[in-house]
Amino acid sequence: MSFDLAILALLIGVSAIAAITLRDLVHCVLCLAVTFASLAAVYLRLGAEFLAFSQVLVYVGAVAILALFVVLLTRTGEPRAESRFSPQVMIPLAVCAFVFTGLAAAAWSSSLKDSPEAVGASMKLKDVGRELMTSYVLPLEVLGLLLTAALIGAAILAKADDGEDDEVTDLGESQGQQQRPMVATTHSDPKHD
Amino acid sequence: MIEWADQIFVLLKREILLLVPVALQPLASILLSVGPIMGVFATLFAATTVLERKGLGRIQNRLGPNRVGPFGLLQPLADGIKAIIKEDVVPYRTDRVLHTLAPILIMVAALLAYSVLPLGRNMVALDLDAGVLFFFAAGATTELAIFMAGWSSRNKYALLGAMRAIAQMISYEIPLILSTVGVLMAAGTLSTTGIVEAQSGYSGLFPNWYVLTPWGFAGFFLFLIAATAEANRSPFDLPEGESELVAGYFTEYSGFKFAMFFFGEYLGLFAANALAITLFLGGWNAPLQILDWVPSYLWFFAKLLFLIGLSIWVRGTTPRLRADQLMNFAWKFMLPMSLVNILASGLWRFTGDGVLGWLVCGSLVAGSYYALGLNLAPKNAVTKRIYRFAT
Repeated sequence: MSFDLAILALLIGVSAIAAITLRDLVHCVLCLAVTFASLAAVYLRLGAEFLAFSQVLVYVGAVAILALFVVLLTRTGEPRAESRFSPQVMIPLAVCAFVFTGLAAAAWSSSLKDSPEAVGASMKLKDVGRELMTSYVLPLEVLGLLLTAALIGAAILAKADDGEDDEVTDLGESQGQQQRPMVATTHSDPKHD
Repeated sequence: MIEWADQIFVLLKREILLLVPVALQPLASILLSVGPIMGVFATLFAATTVLERKGLGRIQNRLGPNRVGPFGLLQPLADGIKAIIKEDVVPYRTDRVLHTLAPILIMVAALLAYSVLPLGRNMVALDLDAGVLFFFAAGATTELAIFMAGWSSRNKYALLGAMRAIAQMISYEIPLILSTVGVLMAAGTLSTTGIVEAQSGYSGLFPNWYVLTPWGFAGFFLFLIAATAEANRSPFDLPEGESELVAGYFTEYSGFKFAMFFFGEYLGLFAANALAITLFLGGWNAPLQILDWVPSYLWFFAKLLFLIGLSIWVRGTTPRLRADQLMNFAWKFMLPMSLVNILASGLWRFTGDGVLGWLVCGSLVAGSYYALGLNLAPKNAVTKRIYRFAT
């Protein structure tokens, strides 16, 4: 393993551990974004330009932002003071160990183990596109269909929610019912400390 | 002579590199590419602040800055000195690390985008095979920086501004990227220099720029609108609307950190305009064949200044959108329009650039523009307004 890959591996490891151990959930998500970005750097180092830039575009630009939105919209108050690990920590650990073993075994037995650079460098973007539209056209189309279905599903869910909200607004006006806040922040008021 | 004037900076860099010892040449090459880019665009930023304030002043029937130096031209110098010597006020309870990192990250993201922009013939810092993708990947990092700024400030206006900014940037990123797909299909490459070279040459009097095709014309304006929204500029400046959110996500920034946000925002605007030039306006190519002797970088910067002038004009003359109008415009107009545009550019490949192509693709683009615009227009029926409050 060369020196730059070692630095990247260290960065990935440290940021991934930080992402699961830090107290503040927003910090965790930002550390996760660092992990994604360092993974992209590994891809770039191995000559897989397209994969690296897609990784940044999708994971740093969309997945990390989505996670941040989820954290902000669901949690309120300060980070909790209880233990960092939930009581059921063994189950996800076992799943992770299983997945890791599978991936490691696959990587170890593959012929790419010795020179991963050679494959990436020979793959131009044009070849990626041609392969996607010829050899892998069926998986591509299936993925497209799946994503379209998810998009339409999300739109329908949002639309149904909209109708209910209008009713709630009417109820709220007549019964003085309190509505839930639209944006919950993780901040507390400094005056109350 | 013409060749020499066109390549003067490339030759200059080569000559300087020969004077440097071999071991230091990679480092020197990097510095010689990055230094001029940062210097030129910092100067352009300074010039744009004066131009913008003068231009807005003209639009608003006042004089604009005219005290510092001749015609107020030294105003950016005064602003810069003021920003540096001002106290850096950091509120109690901010998240110090993120608060400091955010303006740095925004600058880094904005500057990274310049590495793939061809500023002239043979003048690109990094000729990547997937250059356009790199540009968008660098731009995607800005959202995270804006969130960091808004969240770490522990200020409700900052957080609201950041949420608005992210919602807006995510929505407009999709039409921004989709509007470039037509160009990528026509050029057959994602390399920025490859795209510019695909637009060189002239057919008759007109250059082979993509903006002079029906899908390219629509794509150019879709791209410019989406880029304006990405840069959080008026009429899409809800994230920093002064009358609503003080200053949005950088409310709690002062002194040089504020200046860095300002700088990063303008760098992002220039980069988006430069990419629009690369994709649609033929990059460094001359508009007329008889003007081909003018150095390529001069054409690039002339086009860039034209687009900057356009964005100042738009900023001075358009009112701010409402949040629901913003989202409706993104999802009900920009997105379907850019999808239709991809279809039109695909058809263009088969119909060719003759009368048939203009008829088929032109009517497709114009028809969908009209239909989508009709759909977006407010209905005449007056309905009961429902107000929603966050309690």
